[in-house]
Amino acid sequence: MTVSYFNEMYDGGAVRDLYAALEGWTRSMPAELRQMKQAEAEDLFRRIGITFAVYGEGGDPDRLIPFDMLPRVFSQTEWRRLERGIKQRARALNAFLVDVYGRGEIIRAGRIPAHLVYGNEAYEKAVTGFMPPKGVYSHVVGIDLVRTGPEDFFVLEDNCRTPSGVSYMLENREIMMRMFPALFRENRIEPVEAYPELLRRTLASVAPARCDGEPTVVILTPGHFNSAYYEHSFLADLMGVELVEGPDLFVESGLVWMRTTEGPKRVDVIYRRIDDAFLDPLCFRPESMLGVPGLMDVYRAGGVAICSAPGAGVADDKAVYTYVPEMIRFYLGEEPILQNVPTWQCARPDDRGHVLDNLGDLVVKEVHGSGGYGMLVGPKSTKAQIAAFADQIRENPGNYIAQPTLALSTCPSFVAEGVAPRHVDLRPYCLVGEKIELVPGGLTRVALTEGSLVVNSSQGGGVKDTWVLAE
Amino acid sequence: MKLSVSHHTTYRYDSPIRVAVQSLRITPSVFDGQSILDWEIAVEGGQKGAGFRDGAGDWIESWSLRGPADHVTVTVNGTVETTDLSGLLRGHREAVNPGVYLRDTPATRADAALSALARAVEATEPLARAHALSAAVADAIAYRPGATEAHTTAAEALALGEGVCQDHAHALIGAARVLGLPARYASGYLFASEDGSPHEAAHAWAEIRIEGLGWVGFDPANRCCPDDRYVRVGSGYDAHDAAPIRGIARGLGVERLEVTVAVQQAQQ
Repeated sequence: MTVSYFNEMYDGGAVRDLYAALEGWTRSMPAELRQMKQAEAEDLFRRIGITFAVYGEGGDPDRLIPFDMLPRVFSQTEWRRLERGIKQRARALNAFLVDVYGRGEIIRAGRIPAHLVYGNEAYEKAVTGFMPPKGVYSHVVGIDLVRTGPEDFFVLEDNCRTPSGVSYMLENREIMMRMFPALFRENRIEPVEAYPELLRRTLASVAPARCDGEPTVVILTPGHFNSAYYEHSFLADLMGVELVEGPDLFVESGLVWMRTTEGPKRVDVIYRRIDDAFLDPLCFRPESMLGVPGLMDVYRAGGVAICSAPGAGVADDKAVYTYVPEMIRFYLGEEPILQNVPTWQCARPDDRGHVLDNLGDLVVKEVHGSGGYGMLVGPKSTKAQIAAFADQIRENPGNYIAQPTLALSTCPSFVAEGVAPRHVDLRPYCLVGEKIELVPGGLTRVALTEGSLVVNSSQGGGVKDTWVLAE
Repeated sequence: MKLSVSHHTTYRYDSPIRVAVQSLRITPSVFDGQSILDWEIAVEGGQKGAGFRDGAGDWIESWSLRGPADHVTVTVNGTVETTDLSGLLRGHREAVNPGVYLRDTPATRADAALSALARAVEATEPLARAHALSAAVADAIAYRPGATEAHTTAAEALALGEGVCQDHAHALIGAARVLGLPARYASGYLFASEDGSPHEAAHAWAEIRIEGLGWVGFDPANRCCPDDRYVRVGSGYDAHDAAPIRGIARGLGVERLEVTVAVQQAQQ
C-alpha cells in the first residue's frame, strides 16, 4: 500500500510560496558550510546544557537531542486558524475541570460517562468543591498536533499538567538567530521570545484574592536530578522568579513561605513542575520528600495558587481525550476547530473487536503511557509483535486505545545525504490565566529516521525551529 | 443526647524535633443528626494555620509548631448534641460525587474471599443488602483488640477472622464496592454505655451510599447503625484517608504516641 504524505515545502515538484526563501537558502548552502553550522549548533546546545529528554520520556538525560537547522514554516492564515482552535480547546478543557470538580453538569447531561471521570486515578477527591483562582486549572496547555493535508490538522493529545519542552522552542529560535541572522532580516518571522514574560504574567494573574500588591511567583522543581531541570532553571531565569525545591518552602499561619537570606518571604503563586502525588505528604503520598507538608491545606483555604491546579490531570487522560470535542460543544456551544484523531476504546467490546481485527493498520497506545513507550505502530510491526500486543490488549483492554495510522506531513530536513522529507508534529503552549495567550510558534519535533512516524526523542526524534510568517 | 468529648494525643520524641506540621480532621460533622455546642482544638506551643471545609464536608484545620520540641500535644475538648437518625447522614453538605467512592485502596481491596463474602449476600433490595453485608462482616471478623495493626488490610483481617472497628469498616467498604455500592470510611467517637458493648471511644465505621436514602452508616463492630451515641467526625476512602490527625515532624527523634479519649454524657 502506498500512502502519500503531505509535504509542507513541495507541492509535487514546485516549491510552495511559503518556503520559497528557505528553499533558496538551502540550495545556496554548500555541504561543507552546512556541516560546520550543524557542528556549531550542537556545540551551542551542549554549552548551554540543554540535553534533557523532551516530555520526560526517559532515556539518557545527557544525550543531545538532534537539532535540525531547517525551520518549519506556517503562514499567518494557517496560524490564525490553529490559534483559534488551540485557544478554544484550552478554554473547553478548563471549563471541563471546573465542572467535574463542581456540579458535574456534563456527566449529568450524559455526555461523558461518570466512571471515566470519577473512577479516574487523576481525579482528586481532595479538591472537589474547590474553585481555583480565576477558575483556571490548567495554566499551560500543551496541545500536540499533527498535519495530514493543507487544511487538515489533528490533535494527538492534550497536556494539561506541566507540559515540558518550551525551552526547546525558545532555544531553537535563539540559536537560529545567532547562527543565521540574515535569515531573520530577510524574512518577517513572528517572535516567540515573549513567552517567559507572558507565562509570568499569566501566573501572576491567578494569585489568590487575598494577595495584595505584586504577587510573588516561584517555580517548584523536584531538583537537579529531574530530566527537565534545565528547563525549570531556564524559565525561572528568564521570568525573573525564584527556582525552589520543596525544602525551600514551608507552611505557617495559613500561608506558604520561602526561606531567603533576608528571612521568610510570602509566596503567592507556585508554578510547580512536580506531580500531584509529590506535592504534599500530608495530602498525597506520605513518603514524598519533594513537596511541602501542609501546602494543600493552604491552597484549599485560598492562601496560595498552584499551577497547574492539583487534579488537572483528569482532563488529559487518553480515554477522556475522546470526549474533548463534546466538551467544546457542551461548554462553548461551538463546533471544534481542530479535530480529534478517531479513537477506539479497547474497553468497549465493539471497538475492541475492530482493533483486534485491524491491528496491522492501527497505532495502539496505553491510556496512561507517554513518550512512545508501550505503543504498537501496526504497519511497522512484525506479525509476532502484533500477536503479542493482541494478547496484552485482551488481558487488560481498559488500558489501551487505538487510532488509525495518520499520514503525518513531512518537512524538509537536513540529513546526511542532503535535504530530505521527514515526518513532523507540533506542540504549541497555550497560556491560560485572566487572559488566554499563545505565542506564534511551538515546538516542532521531527522523526529523523527515514520513514519513521515516531517523533519522540527517545525513538530518534529531533527538534527544529518553527516560524510563523508575519503578513 | 448531649455528649462531651475529650481527646488528647501526644507524640513524644527521644530527641527534639525542629518543626512539625499537622492537618487535623478532628471537628464533628454538621448534619441533621448532629450539632456542635462547643468545640476547641489546641496544639501546645503551636500556631493555627488554614481552616476550611473540604468537598466531603469535613472541617480541616492546619497547625504548625516550631521546635525545638520533645513532644507535640493535640488537645480536643467539646460538646455535641446528637439525634438518632438510624444511621442516615441527612442534611450533610458535601460536593464529592458518590462515584468517587467506588475506588479501591490497598486497605479496602477485596480479595477472592472478601468478594465471595459479598456475593453470597442474597438480599437484593439495596438497604437490606447493605444490612446483610454488615452482618456478614461482623460474623466473619470477631472483635478482638490487639489482633490486628494499623496497616492490616481488609483481606488480611478477614483471613485472620479477628480485628477491631477499623478492620470491620475496611472489610465492609471492600465488600460493598464489590457489589458496585459506593462506600467509605467514617471516623468519630462512640459513647459506650455500660451495656457490655465493646469500648472504643475513638471509633470508626462504614458508610454505604443507598439510592434514595443517601449515605447510611453501618457499624459491623457493634452490629448496628450509628445512633445518638455516635459522633461523626470525618470520612475518606479508608482509615488512612480519613485519619483525624496527619502530621509530619522534622527531626531525628523516634516517635512514641500516647492517646486518651473520653466520651461522656454531658451534664444537663
